[in-house]
Amino acid sequence: MKHKYLSNVSTLEYNTERCRSCGRCTEVCPHGVFAIEEKKAIVIAKDSCMECGACALNCPAGAIEVKAGVGCAYAIILSWFSGKEPTCGCADEDNDVCCG
Amino acid sequence: MSEEKFCCGFAGCCAAPKIPVVSTSLTAQDILGAWKVRFGIGRMDYTVEPGLYSIGQPDNASPVLVSANYKLTFDTLRKNLCALDCWLLILDTKGVNVWCAAGKGTFGTEELLYRIEKSELAEIVTHRRLILPQLGASGVNSNEILRRCGFSVIFGPVRADDIQKFIACGYTADQEMRIVKFTMRDRLVLTPLELVTAAKISLMVFGVLFLINLFAARPFGMRDFLAYTAAVLIGTVITPVLLPFIPGKAFAFKGWLVGILGTALIIWAYGWFSTPFLLLGLGYMLALPVHSAFLAMNFTGSSTYTSPSGVLKEMKIALPLIILSLLSGLVLILIKTLGG
Repeated sequence: MKHKYLSNVSTLEYNTERCRSCGRCTEVCPHGVFAIEEKKAIVIAKDSCMECGACALNCPAGAIEVKAGVGCAYAIILSWFSGKEPTCGCADEDNDVCCG
Repeated sequence: MSEEKFCCGFAGCCAAPKIPVVSTSLTAQDILGAWKVRFGIGRMDYTVEPGLYSIGQPDNASPVLVSANYKLTFDTLRKNLCALDCWLLILDTKGVNVWCAAGKGTFGTEELLYRIEKSELAEIVTHRRLILPQLGASGVNSNEILRRCGFSVIFGPVRADDIQKFIACGYTADQEMRIVKFTMRDRLVLTPLELVTAAKISLMVFGVLFLINLFAARPFGMRDFLAYTAAVLIGTVITPVLLPFIPGKAFAFKGWLVGILGTALIIWAYGWFSTPFLLLGLGYMLALPVHSAFLAMNFTGSSTYTSPSGVLKEMKIALPLIILSLLSGLVLILIKTLGG
């Protein structure tokens, strides 16, 4: 059964003009957000985007922008107290919760 | 490294004569170790030494696979590499899995460049290809790796059990291999840790209830304990396991929905919807389902598909409601407890 999270929230922005058709975005996206059509990448499932940032980091043309981060409520709560960006706290010495 | 259980000798190679050979079968100890970390025991110290390893009898043309130094990751990878001859380059991710480490940047461009140089990989293999797990892509800039050290990055499949197929297909992955799943089994193995974490916090709750009991006209008892425990189980186990089958999209809503059904059933069975227990019953109806909701919301961190923008939106709506409902519930419960 396919998981669905909130719609219309992703900060993903893609500029088709810049695309060099390498297909890297379709390779790295873990949720099939991109596809190649007529030798250009297109966004086919923006609501599946989890903002991991893999596409933007690996696009050689700088055609993709996304505000990447961790989709973790606990990390976000911690960041409100620490005043820092939310990060996955798994490896911090005083913090033993979250991802396995 | 020679005393490590997964190590079964050293590879003889012209440039690097002492590269540990790794076994592709797991021992009972490896399996026990995996169970322990699933319950949060020794989880922060479950690592292997970063560096280069070999599987089978690799030569200078054999593929190089890159992974993290979380032992659970390392074990999952090597057990899927039987009958293969390849090199394993293990990055220092501080004992964190590939995806989380990529998010943190420890499975990252700089660490990969450093390990390539330190292991003298360029002397050991004649080709210039690295196979990275696809989920490492949020930490590693493949263009920069190529530019700075001449190795080209091939992003392999998401799951280690597809690697043999990926290599056999000439380093190509089909769409199925590229998509992250979150099956019931995947979710189930994550729930013990959720439960252990919630249990630790619950000990503090029990401490407070014990203190209140010293002054209570109606002390908390086994029935209260069971209702509370059910709410914790709903938030940490039942909601995560049944996740896609529960209506709604927000995790907090899913947890609240199962929570209100579960709590209502228990309160009804106790007969707490009628006087003189109505105040208590209503108090629990307000306080417990939102507790399940909060715990379920924290499962977003373990899920494989929630975006930070989405989680933030969910929290901005859910948190004020959770706090309001929890506080009003607690007031009603305290009135009954202290007033009798």
